[in-house]
Amino acid sequence: MDIDLILRVYPYFLEAAVVTVELSVLTILLGLICGALGAAARLSRFSFVRFLGAAYVSVFRGTPALIQLFILYFGGPQIGIQLDAFEAGVIGLGVNIGAYMTETMRGAIISVDHGQAEAARTLGLSRVQAFQKVVLPQAMRLMIRPLGVNINAQIKGTALVAAISVVELTYTAQRYIGSTYKPFEMFLLAGVLYLIIITITGKFISYLDRRVRLP
Amino acid sequence: MGLDFSVVPSYADALLLGVIWTIAITVASAVLSFFGGILFAVIALYAPLVLRLPFRFFAWLFMGTPLLLQLFLIYFGLVELGIDLPAFVAGVIGLGLHFAVYNSELIQTAILAVDKGQMEAARTLGLSRGQALVRVVIPQAVRDVIPPIGNNMIALLKDSALVSVIGVSELTLSAQLAIGRTYRPFEFYAVAAVLYYVINLGMEAVLRRIERRTQLSR
Repeated sequence: MDIDLILRVYPYFLEAAVVTVELSVLTILLGLICGALGAAARLSRFSFVRFLGAAYVSVFRGTPALIQLFILYFGGPQIGIQLDAFEAGVIGLGVNIGAYMTETMRGAIISVDHGQAEAARTLGLSRVQAFQKVVLPQAMRLMIRPLGVNINAQIKGTALVAAISVVELTYTAQRYIGSTYKPFEMFLLAGVLYLIIITITGKFISYLDRRVRLP
Repeated sequence: MGLDFSVVPSYADALLLGVIWTIAITVASAVLSFFGGILFAVIALYAPLVLRLPFRFFAWLFMGTPLLLQLFLIYFGLVELGIDLPAFVAGVIGLGLHFAVYNSELIQTAILAVDKGQMEAARTLGLSRGQALVRVVIPQAVRDVIPPIGNNMIALLKDSALVSVIGVSELTLSAQLAIGRTYRPFEFYAVAAVLYYVINLGMEAVLRRIERRTQLSR
């Protein structure tokens, strides 16, 4: 174990970890938006909208995220979409994780007892009101933990943008492995930083889950 | 520069070969991750402390870091140790170990959930602890987690695209090579996506069949 080397390069890894955190936050936010829209589409009254929602989930979960990222970043310019690597990474990975979050959110919404919506309607609430005020709050409580699984996967998933040369943790580790020939040390350094990010996020999600869980 | 898919057919052979390699690496890694998962589960639950603790640490490290980072470690780490493996083998080891850790978590829970009476009955019939574990407990545990292991294998298929970065010439790298000659990234990656989607459908059908055959009728 080359401690001197680790001490010399760790500032670069910290900088890269900041980029990984930025990527994680932005992709997860975009994913939550896409997930909410996707879940709404999958539960729509209109069969065509339901079909669109199902197609979104099927296509984005049925093909590798790396390929989706490459289509957007390298293929985008051919259809008039010019993005830099960071933007392409956020949009590509955000839309990808959104497909997984769609299923998580939909699962939580449909597992709220049907009687709840019926009771709310009987009490005179409109369909929209019944969903907003009765079903959704209960579904939110159910979806925090499974969304936490998606979020954990996405933090690690941000590593894919190393393949389009965004200077985040994995790219930095790869570059230093190439220049120092110390794969184990560089892996450990990047790995510890990923674990710190994931552990803190995990604690935050369990905190949220505890806050909203029924006694 | 618009889209022009007419260049794709002349690379059909190369892409098809990529498909075959993708299937090969997926199947090889899936087999490794399945048996590796069982072995890891047994180590995590029954091995002596000196083996169990470092193992748990290793599992924790593998579950908390990206697969891509692990692939770089394995590929360059092996070279560093003077072990010169073909990229395909390094890819299988990387994917296989990564998913073995995830499968092991599922199998551990399932082993603990098998009725205690099964082990006791097997011991009463004269089987040793090891025999009882291998012949009675583990088969039941594994059967219970076939569906979630199947989900992991679908994830493995899609993650197999990552081994293109360490030079395994599977579908993604085949597409990249064609792009290098034609400068048509959109067309070839789109075709690769369609091919992955089709492999995915085929794999889901196979998994459903395995599930039907292994699940007890309840």
